[in-house]
Amino acid sequence: MIPELGQFALILALLLAALQAVFGIVGPALGRERWTAVVTPAVAGQFVMVATAMGCLIASFVANDFSVAYVAENSNSALPLFYRVAALWGAHSGSLILWIFLLSCWTVAAAFGTARLPRNFAARVLGVLGTISFGFILYTLLTSNPFVRLSPPWADGQGLNPILQDPGLAAHPPVLYTGYVGLAVAYAFAGAALLEGRLDREWARWTRPWATSAWAFLTCGIALGSWWAYYTLGWGGFWFWDPVENASFMPWLMGTALIHSLAVTEKRGLFKSWTLLLAVLGFSLSLVGTFLVRSGVLISVHSFAVSPGRGEFILTFLVIMIGAALALYAWRAPQMQSEAGFELTARESFLLFNNILLVTACGTVFAGEMAPIISNALGLGKLSVGPPYFNPTFLVSMLPLLVLVPMGMHARWKRGGLGGRGRTLLVALGAAALIGCAVAFGVFTGAGILSPVSMTLGVWIIIASLIDPIDRLRRRIAIPRAVLGMTIAHIGLGVFVFSMTAVQAFTAERDVALAIGSSVRDGGYTFRFQGVGPIQGPDYGGSGATMVVTRHGKPVAVMHPAKRDYWVQHIATTHSAITINGGSNILVALGQNLGDGRWSFRLQVRPLVLYIWIGALIMAGGGLLAITDRRYRVADSATKEAAAILAGGDAR
Amino acid sequence: MIRYFVPLGVFAAIVVLLALSIHQAPRKDLVPSPLIGKPAPSFSLPSLSDPNEKVTSAALRGHWYLLNVWGTWCISCRIESPELLAIAHTGVVPLIGLDWKDSRAEAMAYLHQKGNPYQQIAFDPGGLEAIQWGVYGAPETFVVNPQGIIVYKYIGPITPRAWAHDILPRLPAGQASGS
Repeated sequence: MIPELGQFALILALLLAALQAVFGIVGPALGRERWTAVVTPAVAGQFVMVATAMGCLIASFVANDFSVAYVAENSNSALPLFYRVAALWGAHSGSLILWIFLLSCWTVAAAFGTARLPRNFAARVLGVLGTISFGFILYTLLTSNPFVRLSPPWADGQGLNPILQDPGLAAHPPVLYTGYVGLAVAYAFAGAALLEGRLDREWARWTRPWATSAWAFLTCGIALGSWWAYYTLGWGGFWFWDPVENASFMPWLMGTALIHSLAVTEKRGLFKSWTLLLAVLGFSLSLVGTFLVRSGVLISVHSFAVSPGRGEFILTFLVIMIGAALALYAWRAPQMQSEAGFELTARESFLLFNNILLVTACGTVFAGEMAPIISNALGLGKLSVGPPYFNPTFLVSMLPLLVLVPMGMHARWKRGGLGGRGRTLLVALGAAALIGCAVAFGVFTGAGILSPVSMTLGVWIIIASLIDPIDRLRRRIAIPRAVLGMTIAHIGLGVFVFSMTAVQAFTAERDVALAIGSSVRDGGYTFRFQGVGPIQGPDYGGSGATMVVTRHGKPVAVMHPAKRDYWVQHIATTHSAITINGGSNILVALGQNLGDGRWSFRLQVRPLVLYIWIGALIMAGGGLLAITDRRYRVADSATKEAAAILAGGDAR
Repeated sequence: MIRYFVPLGVFAAIVVLLALSIHQAPRKDLVPSPLIGKPAPSFSLPSLSDPNEKVTSAALRGHWYLLNVWGTWCISCRIESPELLAIAHTGVVPLIGLDWKDSRAEAMAYLHQKGNPYQQIAFDPGGLEAIQWGVYGAPETFVVNPQGIIVYKYIGPITPRAWAHDILPRLPAGQASGS
């Protein structure tokens, strides 16, 4: 009964999404106010129906209803309640339901957020979101229905893939999808502007908080995924240029370009068509990413079960959504020229270069992602593109960007110049170079040329970000939250760059075979293998080792790396032990029993690795702080203005 | 203004490529393993039936063979077992077993009960060899050519359909039947 109810709710949601799309787009076009008025109730109804559908699926998981195929395939009665709920997004169909639910949440938020905007514009935004919703719900119902029943029902489920049984991974998809779907709102704002054929600085001010919050969620989601991969997969890396990782990274790069370009459009009314294009491309790339992952065109460790029918559907959807937006763009953008000019050293130039470099970086990642497909489609044989391609090409566009950040922050709008900050920046650069070289050559050994340079850049970005807030504090001038948010996000970038360099350049890693009671030195630490014994969990067994870690004779940690064998799926997973010592990360992974009490281990000491994710979180936090700035509160300023006018005074 | 049509044009080109690649999906060689097209790891493991005998990659050179990773603990391997026997019966290609993380006694009892489709079985109780092959979960089947190159990897239990569509077409039947 419950699964049928869920399916029925999803069908109703589809119909409501259709209403929302048609009336939201056609209503304003024909100037029918009554049609337009249907949109908001449709949004509310769709949200209720989607929430019901998702609730029904969760209920089936919680109740261990193994007559539902999706539940039987992804859950098990031995699974703890938390993972029975998280198993919802453990595979393809359920993660689509999550996607649709989050889109529905964003749509409701957008309905509230646009309530005080011009009615036609608001209706168009919701209408565009309705088309996206419609496409995804239809896709789910036609190709990936999670409510399909099994006959006869299974006695017990297959269980959740053990790799996915982890708090980090349980949180990763919802946060990442929130980011993906948030880009849909930015896309919808761009779509509404294109439909209207009008775009002004107000539009940029309305759009900025949506783009920034989507970007912040995307940042968190990618960071969570990377953290999860780092410690669960036991590979010890934090980024693999895996096709699925790239699929989330490309929208992030576009989103980063978008939030910077929006700043120019809001402040100066420039880059209008460019900003529109970025808003369209950001969401388009998350759709293309979905296509690549779900169609089976690319295979990666993350791949979901695939079928060609799904690929064809997404491709059709892609053609409609992106094709329509780009066609509208080709038609409307020429009317959105802006005349104002700016000096070469103005902040506009820096942001322009920021955009060019970010889009270039995104392009190189996209080229790497597409290369295997192109080569295959043209019959040139199989091709696999990995870190040897991505690392250098990505660096070529990112290093110049890092050089631009400290200067761009201080460059003045329009007239250009650093507004008297040139000297301070130079001093900051000197200090950063000192710190960067001291760390690269003093604290660590074996530095190349690149590591001191990029460490210097990281420190320079941090110091440069602090100049303005310190100055304002000294002169007791309030710091607007948007400025503070930007400052914090840039500090996060600096922290990220610095720690990433440390990890890339100075990681000590080795594979050793140890007998019980023997010890080995690595990366300044001493590892002593104490013993090994059997372990027992709710649905797994295995072996666990004890490793005592000391530094300069002082105890640092006792570590327990393990290998787990999950009974239900018969999958063996490696659970590396990770310990943190001053932000550095010591990792011990248990290998094989070599006999005679000897086991193989992989030891790693990664300096400062924790700050990679802390840096990313700081970036996201900065973004979220920025959107709370007063000037984005449309409602507030409008009411204040109205109150001021009523009081007979001036709005200013 | 032509330049505003550039994004649309680029997008159209990408769509054509994607459409082509979906169309190729059924006969396309997916890349489920980075080892495909690379030499199979060379190995020398004790035989399951006789610990004193060795199963070596060197001795397998010069013939096509399927390396099937299995274990008695693996439910899917039990499902796969009848199809493996059927393949062995055709004599098209020899099956080499890699008994993964298993106990010798249980494995022998299992083969006795279910039937043995394998020409030789390498015994890998520690799972070290399977790591060399990048095995993620049993069953997995590798198609190896006479030069010792892995040409294909099939993940999951081989079904009659998978045998007919995915594996058999990759074997030059004439050469294989002689071996």
